[in-house]
Amino acid sequence: MTLISDFVTRAEALAISSGQSLSTISRKLLNDGKGLARLKEGGQCTLKTMDEALAKLDALEAELSGDIKLRMTHLDRLEAEAIHIMREVAAQCENPVMLYSVGKDSSVMLHLAEKAFYPSRPPFPLMHVDTTWKFKEMIAFRDRRAKEVGMELIVHSNPDGIRDGVGPFTHGSAVHTDIMKTQALKQALDKYKFDAAFGGARRDEEKSRAKERIFSFRSENHRWDAKNQRPELWNIYNTRVKKGESMRVFPISNWTELDIWQYIYKENIQIPDLYLSKKRPVVEKDGVLILVDDDRMPIGPDDVIEEKMVRFRTLGCYPLTGAVESEADTLPEVIQEMLLTTTSERQGRVIDSDAGASMEQKKEEGYF
Amino acid sequence: MAHLDDLISTDILGYLKAQEDKSFLRFITCGSVDDGKSTLIGRLLYDSKLIYEDQLASIEKDSKKSGTQGDKIDLALLVDGLAAEREQGITIDVAYRFFSTDKRKFIVADTPGHVQYTRNMATGASTADVAVLLIDARYGVQEQTRRHAFIVSLLGVKHVVVAINKMDLNDFDQSIYNDIEVDFREFSKDLGFTDITCIPMSALDGDNVTIRSKNSDWYKGPTLLEYLEEVNVDAATLDAPFRLPVQWVNRPNLDFRGFSGTVASGTIEVGDEIIVIPSGKRSTVKEIVTYDGNKDIAREDMAITLTLNDEIDISRGDIICKKDNPAEQADQFQAHMLWMSENELYPGRQYLLKTGNKTVPASILKLKHRIDINDFSEVAVNTLALNEVGVATLSLSAPIAFDAYNDNRNTGSFILIDRQTNATVGVGMLDFALRRASNVVWQDLDVNKAVRAEQKNQKPALLWFTGLSGSGKSTIANLVEKRLLDLGRHTYTLDGDNVRHGLNRDLNFSKADRVENIRRIGEVSRLMVDAGLITMASFISPYRAERQMARDLLENGEFIEIFVNTPLEVAEARDVKGLYAKARAGEIKNFTGIDSEYQAPQNPEITVNTVEMSADDAAEMIVSYLKDKGFLAGYDA
Repeated sequence: MTLISDFVTRAEALAISSGQSLSTISRKLLNDGKGLARLKEGGQCTLKTMDEALAKLDALEAELSGDIKLRMTHLDRLEAEAIHIMREVAAQCENPVMLYSVGKDSSVMLHLAEKAFYPSRPPFPLMHVDTTWKFKEMIAFRDRRAKEVGMELIVHSNPDGIRDGVGPFTHGSAVHTDIMKTQALKQALDKYKFDAAFGGARRDEEKSRAKERIFSFRSENHRWDAKNQRPELWNIYNTRVKKGESMRVFPISNWTELDIWQYIYKENIQIPDLYLSKKRPVVEKDGVLILVDDDRMPIGPDDVIEEKMVRFRTLGCYPLTGAVESEADTLPEVIQEMLLTTTSERQGRVIDSDAGASMEQKKEEGYF
Repeated sequence: MAHLDDLISTDILGYLKAQEDKSFLRFITCGSVDDGKSTLIGRLLYDSKLIYEDQLASIEKDSKKSGTQGDKIDLALLVDGLAAEREQGITIDVAYRFFSTDKRKFIVADTPGHVQYTRNMATGASTADVAVLLIDARYGVQEQTRRHAFIVSLLGVKHVVVAINKMDLNDFDQSIYNDIEVDFREFSKDLGFTDITCIPMSALDGDNVTIRSKNSDWYKGPTLLEYLEEVNVDAATLDAPFRLPVQWVNRPNLDFRGFSGTVASGTIEVGDEIIVIPSGKRSTVKEIVTYDGNKDIAREDMAITLTLNDEIDISRGDIICKKDNPAEQADQFQAHMLWMSENELYPGRQYLLKTGNKTVPASILKLKHRIDINDFSEVAVNTLALNEVGVATLSLSAPIAFDAYNDNRNTGSFILIDRQTNATVGVGMLDFALRRASNVVWQDLDVNKAVRAEQKNQKPALLWFTGLSGSGKSTIANLVEKRLLDLGRHTYTLDGDNVRHGLNRDLNFSKADRVENIRRIGEVSRLMVDAGLITMASFISPYRAERQMARDLLENGEFIEIFVNTPLEVAEARDVKGLYAKARAGEIKNFTGIDSEYQAPQNPEITVNTVEMSADDAAEMIVSYLKDKGFLAGYDA
């Protein structure tokens, strides 16, 4: 009896560690896909059958321990793909830059860049397009991380926007985003003449992104032509551009939000504390909780500043980024909440809640 | 949203641990417009609980607005991305979708079934290990089915699922299913699939997609999701010979020299003996370096950095192989090609060929035939148009390391890039080398004129343009050079402008100096021909003897004398540079035709009569001459 239950336990462990189904293992051991299930439910077999099955089990277990060094999980593969893409840019483009937005995706990108070129330092600078309305904590985190990694950090803000005092409270989210983000990014790319810019966009984020290439060609005017993209086969990337044209390169295109979180957890990657819940002063505006990050926040007579346990699912300009109430103050709890929630990630961003196709329009105009 | 799992709420750490061990599968779905492909993918996402409430609300809204399913949710709306195509009701490009179960993460390439979009399907298939081919059970195996099966087989997909969809419309009739399965297996028997699985389903209602259908109790095979979770696509490639295409040389300081790349196939261990192709240099593996610490073994698909025990010269474009089983190298190939551009392929034109890690100029030597993807027949053609598949021979300007695509997708594939627009105009799969570069390794071979010329894929020549001042020599020479450049040839033009100001600036126009002038030009031309170039020399060169001297410096047949025959009165009437007027006025001495003799060639290879012929026609005539005489090897007129 213990012989059979030991056997079943070992077979089940083998199924889990080899990633095969119980019926597959059962077929391999007993020439019968349902054999294991029967034994588990108290079924019997001859000693001879059991001996043969045990011998096969020993062999499979030995094979597995040899295979384990050669196993690649889905995260291993996503990581290898991203590293390949980054190396290709470093080898083929003349003046690349990594756009760094301080969010969790940027943290993953920075980590991947460190891995791709180790023991060298990544052979390109980081660039942050600062709308001047980012969370204070983001700026502090950004400066600290750039210093730790030892990469050059370029910060660009749109001087015209600063001169005109552009901000989300006074000009609305659309104007603010266009001037301080889209236009600022174009200014910076023109100023430094980058021919390739890494971005952390993912195909699962939004429908129109699902068909963007990994190496996404931009005209001299930074425009994306969805209908006229270069075919992208195998892992051979056409990196060629003429003077003034450029590539946006998305190494984590094939990652999902869960992949990002799992990877941050597995690799112990630093992310801003804003992703974790704590008591923060917030005001509710149009049903969205906005953090009172500095004194530019207009507090009307009806506005009440409350201390609430909140965290952020995405990071951007603080007036445009809604907080969610949450008790999750550790990474696993955040992941747990993320898995149990039923609204998708971009819902927290004010940018594409107007119309289904708005992100596509923005991208054609040059938004990342 | 991930696959729902009790562990998420009870034991998140345990859940994360279990999820870390997930494997990975990329597959492609293909079908014609109405086979229900988008619906199938929408169904996989929906049934794996991968749709968020807000997304669901949005497609419920859209279903009412533009959906085609009445009151039911139109799952296809989930996957039809761009606004334009949502209105047209078709998918127009490759879209990638993601979902996962407890066992695997999946990337789905959703590609359209329209006939003009072959290239999109090839794109999706290039990274897929499994193809799901949809067939509408009402219509059975169609022309599109054949086409899709051919394309995925061309791109080397070995595992195929035939999803016989819309079985609900014929009450899951087993005999219909059986007929389609027999048809499919029959026509696809030569396509090289190692495993074909047919599944009766209804994507609309979910039968046999993720849940076994009660409507088809006669079907004993796996559901689509069961198949996708179980299929093993990994094992075979790990036994393949080791290949590391060097992508980037890692040199943080003088003490470290690593070679970074993604392993294309096989495995490598510390201590293994390696050989670098094409240089043939050998060494052993010292370390397998990664950010997470050195490894003692690495495998296909891992992005690694190797260091070696010997200091040998390796650069991007090389492939590091295990010593006992190195890659081949060659500069001429036969390949299957798929054309991806509105501009047709022309043999003879030069493109850039990019493999996984190397870019070299290349031209199509000859198109053997086009393959009709509907009946797989071979058709003789001179060109390939958008979405057409053919077999061609190619010539590269430098040898590359490679494997046959059938043996190795990573080291047997390439793209062709247009040199002017930088567009990716075609893709190819290498079949075999036409001319094997001496065994495996290029030994130090004598570099001589023949080798240099062969590398440039041409026969060198000296085109000697002679004629009066103002006869049109340089104009024609320049046009010829442009035409040759368009044909991907290597050329140089010597004329008064670039010789008189430098090399020969110490010479005047006396008879002695004119002779010395031509002697020097003859010698320089000889060096250029020796370098393998098609060289043009455009000089009045009035004396037969000096032209003969230049001819004698070269091998038989290399000197092509072109007499640009313009009567003196015509040249003088043109007087482009105003020189005749000055000569007549006595301001220039020793001017050919005025006070110095011009000895017309007696047996020139080519005579151009510029009174009867335009400069363009003359250039065309000269290029034709070169083609006819075999100077432009590989030009398939």
